[in-house]
Amino acid sequence: MNGKHIGWIVLLLLGLVAPFLVYPVLVMKILCFALFACAFNLLLGYTGLLSFGHSAFLGSAGYLCGYTVQGLGLSPELGLLAGTAGAAALGFIFGSLAIRRAGIYFAMITLALAQLVYFLALQFPFTGGEDGMQGIPRGHLFGLIDLSDTMNMYFFVLAVFLFGFWVIDRAIDSPFGQVLKAIRENEARAISLGYDVDRYKLLAFVLSAALAGLAGATKTLVFQLASLTDVHWHMSGEVVLMTLLGGVGTVFGPIVGATIVVSLQNYGAELGQWVTVLTGTIFVVCVLAFRRGVVGEVALLIKRSGIRP
Amino acid sequence: MSTDYILQTRDLTKEFKGFVAVDKVNLQVQRGTIHALIGPNGAGKTTVFNLLTKFLTPTRGTIRFNGIDITPEKSAQIARRGVVRSFQISAVFPHLSVLENVRVALQRKLGTSFHFWRSARSLDVLNGRAMELLEAVDLQSFADTITVELPYGRKRALEIATTLALEPELMLLDEPTQGMGHEDVGRVADLIKRVAANRTVLMVEHNLGVVSHICDTITVLQRGAVLAEGTYAVVSADPRVLEAYMGTAHG
Repeated sequence: MNGKHIGWIVLLLLGLVAPFLVYPVLVMKILCFALFACAFNLLLGYTGLLSFGHSAFLGSAGYLCGYTVQGLGLSPELGLLAGTAGAAALGFIFGSLAIRRAGIYFAMITLALAQLVYFLALQFPFTGGEDGMQGIPRGHLFGLIDLSDTMNMYFFVLAVFLFGFWVIDRAIDSPFGQVLKAIRENEARAISLGYDVDRYKLLAFVLSAALAGLAGATKTLVFQLASLTDVHWHMSGEVVLMTLLGGVGTVFGPIVGATIVVSLQNYGAELGQWVTVLTGTIFVVCVLAFRRGVVGEVALLIKRSGIRP
Repeated sequence: MSTDYILQTRDLTKEFKGFVAVDKVNLQVQRGTIHALIGPNGAGKTTVFNLLTKFLTPTRGTIRFNGIDITPEKSAQIARRGVVRSFQISAVFPHLSVLENVRVALQRKLGTSFHFWRSARSLDVLNGRAMELLEAVDLQSFADTITVELPYGRKRALEIATTLALEPELMLLDEPTQGMGHEDVGRVADLIKRVAANRTVLMVEHNLGVVSHICDTITVLQRGAVLAEGTYAVVSADPRVLEAYMGTAHG
């Protein structure tokens, strides 16, 4: 049994007991953002691509899911499917354009495209503009399970999260993941070994976008709401924060990061605007003092203590 | 024509905004030989490498590999044809293990490199071959080491093992002994000689000891153009070469 197996077991146990200890809606929110951050990490941590437009996938999947469920009156699982597929398609467009450039230019192209999506979300009639889509019904899962029941909804969200997380975990630890890591480590060398790196980057981008979309669609069902907040560029920044805080390039890091950020925002709500200052400060301290993030630093400690008995 | 050339360039030229880095280079690499490309700093050796592997696009001229014009092809495509290069600075994947470094090169042949749903354990079938390659460069005891922790000379050896994994017909080595200590230089030179047994090598090299020891043909570049070509004995006696290297012709 290695560290990753232990991590999975802890995650599973926490997922099962958390709603009995903490307000379930908060845990669901954490799970949605954790999945979002994990999807983002697949790109930043394992492919070395910094996207600054991931809000577009989270947000548009939310709208698509909301529209499918509320506008078309279809079931929630179809809503998730529509959101995920839509985000994947959007990811394909973003990716095809952005991977032609590297570094800051890549980030700027994704940001610009995400701003475009924000504008569309503001203008399209079906999104409800400034008001967003409200009162989206959670419906019945597969026509059987009533999701308006909080616990039913919780375990559904947990299942979605675990599925998404499993996909990411597997992708990292797959033949495809090996090539991604090679590209991250030394792109020119990967090319000289005969890999068409752009095609690998594009697939990574689409996967990341699709799973970010799954997170966004799930979030819409949880809060029965899709709004501009999720397509706003703030959200793209927040996911960077979560990932770095928890540990970029670590499997569990983004989950920890998302938990910290969402909890801070929740419990720090009485601080009002000051919560932004608080998260900002934590971010700066984190980047300056422990750049590997929470999970990265802990993993290093364990490794060191293992070497020195 | 009786001579069998694996690689031929015709009037290969690269201009950077008016500056001619490579000027009408006609290079002919004979199959089964070790061919060295030497010349003073800034002579355009690495640029030639970048052109041959299409990391740079030639301004003019053609490149033929096995008689086929590969000038319009992309880098990865040329690599898949069997022209595999190394880099001046060590080109390893630092945070993968030594074994994984070689395996990344091997795994493309499995055709599962886009399979993100498959476990990486499916790559274990390649471990045997990867170990053989590591043994060839004397790295078998480092298989599980994270590459970043290897000493410099070992990294260069790993790079050669990774290149060999692709079973290239033509290996392009960019200063394989650069920055190495004395004992490492000898080891890598012998290694190159050994792996070149049934393939062709084109290498950029500064260490003339290595060049004289293992290379069959030498092309001297100066300011982007071919200055001299021939065996070490011929080239080293050429007064123009001496001048390019020493500044005078007193040898």
